[in-house]
Amino acid sequence: MKHVISVLVENKFGSLNRVAAMFSARGFNLESISIGETEDTEISRMTIVTRGEDQIISQVLKQLNRLVDTIKVIDLTRQPHVERELLLMTLKLSKAVQHEIFELITVFKGKVVDIKQKSITIEVIGSPEKINTTIDIFRPYGIKELARSGAVAIHRGE
Amino acid sequence: MHSSGQTLNGSEIFFECLRREHVEYIFGYPGGSLLKVYETLHDVKDILHILVRHEQGATHMAEGYARATGKPGVVLVTSGPGATNTVTGIANAYMDSSPMVVFTGQVPSSLIGNDAFQEADIVGITRPITKHNFLVKDVRELAITIRKAFFLATTGRPGPVLVDMPKDILNSSCVFDFPETIDIRGFKPTFKCHINQVEKAAQKIAKAKRPLLYIGGGVISAEASEELRTLAIQQNIPVTMTLQGLGAFPGNHPLSMGMLGMHGTYWANQAVNKCDLLIAVGARFDDRVTGKVETFAPQAYKIHNDIDPTNVDKNIKVDLPIVGDAKNFLATLLEVMPEKRENREPWLAEINAWREQCPLTYSKEDDLLRTEFVIDEVSRQTSGNAVVVTDVGQHQMWTSQFYTFLNPRSIITSGGLGTMGFGLPAAIGAAFGIKDRPVVLFCGDGGFMMNVQELVTAVHNKVPVKIFLINNSFLGMVRQWQELFHQEKYSFTDLGDSNPDFVKVAEAFGCKALKAENPESARHAITAALAYNDGPILVDCSVVKKDMVFPMVPAGGSISDMLLARLNPKTMV
Ligand SMILES: Cc1ncc(C[n+]2csc(CCOP(=O)(O)OP(=O)(O)O)c2C)c(N)n1
Ligand SMILES: [Mg+2]
Repeated sequence: MKHVISVLVENKFGSLNRVAAMFSARGFNLESISIGETEDTEISRMTIVTRGEDQIISQVLKQLNRLVDTIKVIDLTRQPHVERELLLMTLKLSKAVQHEIFELITVFKGKVVDIKQKSITIEVIGSPEKINTTIDIFRPYGIKELARSGAVAIHRGE
Repeated sequence: MHSSGQTLNGSEIFFECLRREHVEYIFGYPGGSLLKVYETLHDVKDILHILVRHEQGATHMAEGYARATGKPGVVLVTSGPGATNTVTGIANAYMDSSPMVVFTGQVPSSLIGNDAFQEADIVGITRPITKHNFLVKDVRELAITIRKAFFLATTGRPGPVLVDMPKDILNSSCVFDFPETIDIRGFKPTFKCHINQVEKAAQKIAKAKRPLLYIGGGVISAEASEELRTLAIQQNIPVTMTLQGLGAFPGNHPLSMGMLGMHGTYWANQAVNKCDLLIAVGARFDDRVTGKVETFAPQAYKIHNDIDPTNVDKNIKVDLPIVGDAKNFLATLLEVMPEKRENREPWLAEINAWREQCPLTYSKEDDLLRTEFVIDEVSRQTSGNAVVVTDVGQHQMWTSQFYTFLNPRSIITSGGLGTMGFGLPAAIGAAFGIKDRPVVLFCGDGGFMMNVQELVTAVHNKVPVKIFLINNSFLGMVRQWQELFHQEKYSFTDLGDSNPDFVKVAEAFGCKALKAENPESARHAITAALAYNDGPILVDCSVVKKDMVFPMVPAGGSISDMLLARLNPKTMV
């Protein structure tokens, strides 16, 4: 099953590489990984989305903990948490479908970030599942390019 | 000795830190990026630098020293090729959890990433084979980084740590400050075992009718042999050991069952198969031990104590995981063991029947020299008191079977990585650390050539290692697999036509050498070698060419697949 793991690491060069390399060396599945500074500039938060049976996930968590640069590892999967991903996507634009596209952008609570004669770039934020659906729905209109941020996740407040 | 508060350059800081870490020996090789360090070293008298002849040799020497003494081994090499030559040795130390700190020179900071002369991204290369590694970016970070490196290498599950030091850092200066204590927030190994878990283990042990202790190298690195011995004897529990665990419990004790696994004893493997309780301490259920995991110890409730949580439930699901130091585990267990326990005599009798059914033996009827005889005889003549180093291959497995290890830190061998070429340098390193016991090496004719250059290091430093070259004119272990599993296609394993005259090779290096061709001459040569302490001595033992190591559980097999003799006796000799 899918797991969302939040990892606090030392904000040092090489930290991301150590984690990514560990996943490939041990043959763990890595669906997405994202990293950014936290409120403490010495610490970065990594959000990892992976899949595996319980025994594998327990190894993933232990192997993450074992890395010296890792400060804290939290499996958010079974805890209340919020998970978001950013999608940037450029679509072909033509008079014929213009209206439909704008309607769909509204449905998905997206935003137009750039618009040209023959293309439109939009942003959508949501759970990775919502992003998947968004891409599926827009695909027939012609996706020129897309970029996904990978999930970021955090505990829900008390 | 300089004191904190003085202004020193990077090279001076380097040696000041090593002093404070009580380093006795550096195994090293100079080069461009380390010129400043070797300039400073010229006047360092209290730390001995051993000049190796290949950087791989330095790493294995450091590991041999570390395994023999329990202290971290220290390596110093230059950037680029010097650094890449250490990779095998680092990987070896990582797999066998040996404490080691490797210092590499690096091109000046300003040139890093430019494909500069002798630049290699050694931090990137060694990330998956070190416990941790560092690139020092500021001379003010050097002392704390070295402190952290030694702390990490020796704390918790030991392992290799690498510190990469750019040339400009070693040349620039700062105020020296050696931190007495350090705190690494991401590194907090669990030493103390959870008491409830230990109590539960004690209950299980007391109630078990057929318990078995399965002991790994973790018991030796935790210095827990004493506790193990007390527990086993008090509870009357038989003890089987992994290759790295040999010596944790005395091999001549009736409760000792020798090694388990692929080339383990028949009775140890049968006991694993039939035990109702398996107590694994400091062992990691390696595939060479378990064979097919589904059929490993099928009837047993499994307790697993290990300092490294990642070892628990990795290869095999256990019933009672106990993370913590082996010494803490065994000592706590002794405190909480209930008064009453099951009678184990029927179980021990069953094991002894297996022992009698298929003992470890070898033919003594002819006048041919066999590896088993050489090892057996060395074991006898040293009274099991030597530090025994091996290379990798058949001779290594026979060493596990025929040398009677009585004490911890008595076997130094490449288990996890299985590195041919490990033996000679590791033996030299061990002999630097241990002066009051003989250091003996059993080495194959294949593996000997992989780091033969270190014979110079042994001769030059008058290191009294006793080298028993087990010369079967074959890459014997590979030949064995070819015979058993690959249709007797002896592809590139016959060294008979190409091996050099090893006595002449040794003599060319200035090493004393003898030849043994039958049991009688071997016996004399062993006596002579053990008496010679003026430097290394090599005994070229011409042994039977096509002998095979048995028992053998084929890779991935179950105990029921265990082979006890060759399939086709015609292939003998
Ligand atoms: C560096 C390295 N290369 C290859 C191997 C594969 N290998 C394992 S045992 C062995 C044969 C060793 O032959 P020898 O040193 O003569 O020892 P013997 O088995 O004959 O006792 C080989 C080639 C290895 N373990 N290490
Ligand atoms: Mg050989």
